[in-house]
Amino acid sequence: MSVIERPTLDVERIRQDFPILAAKARGHDLVYLDSAATSQKPSAVIEAIHRYYAEQNSNVHRGLYELSELATEKYEAARATVRSFIHASDSHEIVFVRGATEGINLVAQTFGRATLKAGDQVLITAMEHHSNIVPWQMLCAEKGALLKVVPISDSGELLLDEYARLLTPRTRIAALAHVSNALGTINPVREMIEMAHSVGAKVLIDGAQAVPHLPVDVQDLDCDFYVFSGHKVCGPTGIGVLYGKAEILEAMPPYQGGGDMILSVTFEKTTYNRPPYKFEAGTPHIEGAIGLAAALTYLEGVGMAAIAAYEKDLTAYGAERLIEVPGLRLIGTARNKAAVLSFVLEGVHPHDIGTLLDRQGIAIRAGHHCAQPVMERFGVPATARASLSFYNTPEELDRLQEALCKVNEVFGR
Amino acid sequence: MNELADLYQEVILDHNRKPRNFKKLPAATHEANGHNPLCGDRITVALDIQDGVIADIGFQGAGCAISTASASLMTEALKGRRVADALSLFAGFRELVTGGVTDQELGKLEVFSGVSEYPARVKCATLCWHTVASALGEHGQDVVTTE
Repeated sequence: MSVIERPTLDVERIRQDFPILAAKARGHDLVYLDSAATSQKPSAVIEAIHRYYAEQNSNVHRGLYELSELATEKYEAARATVRSFIHASDSHEIVFVRGATEGINLVAQTFGRATLKAGDQVLITAMEHHSNIVPWQMLCAEKGALLKVVPISDSGELLLDEYARLLTPRTRIAALAHVSNALGTINPVREMIEMAHSVGAKVLIDGAQAVPHLPVDVQDLDCDFYVFSGHKVCGPTGIGVLYGKAEILEAMPPYQGGGDMILSVTFEKTTYNRPPYKFEAGTPHIEGAIGLAAALTYLEGVGMAAIAAYEKDLTAYGAERLIEVPGLRLIGTARNKAAVLSFVLEGVHPHDIGTLLDRQGIAIRAGHHCAQPVMERFGVPATARASLSFYNTPEELDRLQEALCKVNEVFGR
Repeated sequence: MNELADLYQEVILDHNRKPRNFKKLPAATHEANGHNPLCGDRITVALDIQDGVIADIGFQGAGCAISTASASLMTEALKGRRVADALSLFAGFRELVTGGVTDQELGKLEVFSGVSEYPARVKCATLCWHTVASALGEHGQDVVTTE
């Protein structure tokens, strides 16, 4: 059934690297199509975490003994791996956080609080995840600033004319999704960053849905901040990355206070450590950072350019198969899309679709995808979303298509 | 096909397609709204209670097949019942959909027994019942949510 003409990846071999993909779900071979919620993990990551606890565990940045030096070395090597993966110029620009959400909150609560004044504006888009809306809403409420929103077209593309119009000298921060989690749209962030800089705004890019699917070069983008989550790029949960330009991180006030983020403490005065440590109070998620580095090294091995090319074909193939299903409407049909197939089925609520697919061994997400404004924009309470990864196959999308036809049968179409 | 029918039985599909008592109740004595923020389901249930008996009941709203069919079958089950009986029926229904045991006579509501296999869907099946309990003053709030 497969019609992808130019297989850029040996997917069958790649699938062997992911133990969970051999699992059964409700008696069927599992078809995992929820990678935008969280990706599956290759053995390399699972083993790296195991090895850390079996052979390397110790606290970092403090011990005077060999084991602690080893743990510190592994933790800092992980930072260097992240730097290289997103092409930052210096490892000190890489702050480990819990995930994209914490990265955004960190920037809002430090840079944002120090920068924003009453009447200033923060610009976001209508396709943001709640995690790139609420932190800015909270900040704007505190500062008496205004939150502005770039609208989107019926196909799910940003209206760039509106974006240009909404950028004003009062715009201090533009916080933009690189790739929409609910629609899959890849936004032209490079161009948008340049436009924002021309009015003097700083730009945060939410790369949670981009880093798993596209090569990312933060220097080429020239973004001021870039955030992503480890668990969506084949890494563990609870670890993520905030990239910030060195001079901006340097000037930013600290986030949380505690150990590791200080140089010296007296009851009168504390001197803060330099970035990134200034923003990493307390014992960090060492195992998470090491697992994340293993994930990024694994992805490098497969090749991000090859992943992007394969997923582009796979997404296009999936879209073709889905629209064959009577009554199915894709939500989000941007020209430039990554790995997300959001849809509604006439007369069937997305939650019923989700349950009926689950019964056939297919895992998708149904709901508002933490993007309620997107649902409102398209006039639906929820969508069903199949989100793809390079470990998915055209045959799995065939199974999705067949299973959706059975959903129609159940509902009497 | 059979595996798909363990939850989506014909009775449920029928009540989803043609919900019974899907109506406004101008003479309502009790009313409440329910909301499941996870899936966006919204429901309004109105009751006309005379001498402790549910003389009439209607619902409106939009939701998945499980929540719509549950509301429809609930209205049929509740019409003509005493208020106290309605609440104990709710208790029995909740046991049914969460895999517990009950000695309540649930009648047609038994079609929802399959819900217990799908923990994520329990809220869909019980939203209407929570809303009735709220209308009867059991929850002490205007809009009941499943969260």
